[in-house]
Formats: sequence, structure tokens, C-alpha cells
Amino acid sequence: MNFEHVAGKERGKITLYALSTCIWCKRTRELLTALGVSFDYIYVDLLKGEDRTKAIEQVKHYNPSTSFPTLVIGDKSIVGFREKEIREAIG
Amino acid sequence: MNENFSEPNDSEVDELYARLDREAKQGGYFLNPDVEFVKGLVRGLLINERRYGYRACPCRLAADDKQQDLDIICPCYYRDADLSEFGACYCALYVSAAVLKGEKEPSCIPERRQPFMGRAAKPGSSGASPDAAPVKLSVPVWRCLVCGYLCGRERPPEVCPICKAGRERFERFI
Repeated sequence: MNFEHVAGKERGKITLYALSTCIWCKRTRELLTALGVSFDYIYVDLLKGEDRTKAIEQVKHYNPSTSFPTLVIGDKSIVGFREKEIREAIG
Repeated sequence: MNENFSEPNDSEVDELYARLDREAKQGGYFLNPDVEFVKGLVRGLLINERRYGYRACPCRLAADDKQQDLDIICPCYYRDADLSEFGACYCALYVSAAVLKGEKEPSCIPERRQPFMGRAAKPGSSGASPDAAPVKLSVPVWRCLVCGYLCGRERPPEVCPICKAGRERFERFI
């Protein structure tokens, strides 16, 4: 599975599971970029076969409803574009 | 899944946007007044139409199987409940009158759709069993699973006159 890496300030491991067509996912990615933190993201809808199954399993682990965006910050997960929560979690 | 499709261009996005706006108004629904936001979603709908063959919700992961995704073809089966409870559908493509007037802000809302394992074959289905009909009807009553439109006729309409959902998204209600 190839995550796209965005370079920035180190705030621990930040992973964004997103859909390429989803506007809330786009807003989440833009917020992380604006905050200037280092993070990895992946568009699950563009994955195929084993990569897709694996990514879905990972999302399910943090968010049983497998909805997007699912943002994982350390061991905390934030489902949906929740700006206030995201800002607080990143600090 | 078709991966070799051309990206929708601006005029295709504008065309579908205009159509959805017109159809929403005709049916008593409203698109989000943030036009650029809506056009982003419309682009996603066009991409999904080319990718899967149907306009799957751009904010949900489609299964690439129309039967499994019938509930999340836009407008989805969850739109009306989300509009009533949160003032917007899951994507915020459709909004309530209060949001339209600026009395309320649309925001990110929880997913109402059940994960696949817990989902009924027809989510949102509340139709009575045809055997349980209290009176003998001359024709069955069909219910649109997207907007709740009811009609009495031999077969459901090809297209819902209110929300434009296809025939396959009707259930027998009585």
C-alpha cells in the first residue's frame, strides 16, 4: 500500500484514510496541510485487490462504520471533518 | 470498475449541477447554496458514474456492485432522515430550508448507513408484507425508498416523479 507523504512539522504519526471524490476528505487534507504537520494519506477508493481489502481492514479497526475521512493521530482516531477536534489533537 | 475514463470537464459539471438544482427544486429539496462546494461533489458523482456505472455517493466507499450500492446512489436512502435531523445530507449536497436561509450551518454528520454485515438487503425498508394487506387492493402500493413517494399501480414507475430514483429503488409497501 502506497501512502502519499506530506512533509511538515513532526507531531507523531498522522494517517488520513480518504476518498478521492469526497469533499470532507479534501477539507481534512487541506486543514492538515495548512497546519503544516507531517502526515500520510491514502485514497481507499483508488486501491484495488489486496491493498483495498487491507486498507478497509485498517479503517475498520479505528472506525467500525468504515466511513471517510478517518484520521488517525497516534492512537486516537477522528471520524469526519471535525476541525476543532483535529486542531486540538494536533496541538 | 472502469479505470480508463476521462475526467469530467467543467461544462459537464455545470450541466449536471443545473439539472440537479432544477430537479431538487421541483421535488421540494434544496442544493447547498455554496456552489463551488456542490460542484466539487457533482464532479465526484460524474467520476463515480464513469467508474461504477451509477452515481454512487462521492463521500462513501462504493462496492462496485449496483445491488449492494442501491442505497447510496445519489440521492441516497438516508437523505431525508439526515435532512430532518441535521439539516443536510451526509455529503451536504442537499440542505434543509433553514440551512439554505443561513439560519443553520451544515457540518460533518455521523454515518447513518449500517456497515455491510449489519445491513438489510433493502436498507430503510419498512414495507408491509404483501400478505398482510389489511384490505384487498385493486393494485399494489409502491414506495420510493429515496423520498417516500407512494403510488398505486401494477409496477413501480420507471423513474420516481419526485426524486428521479430508478424503478429498482422502489419497494412494495402494501
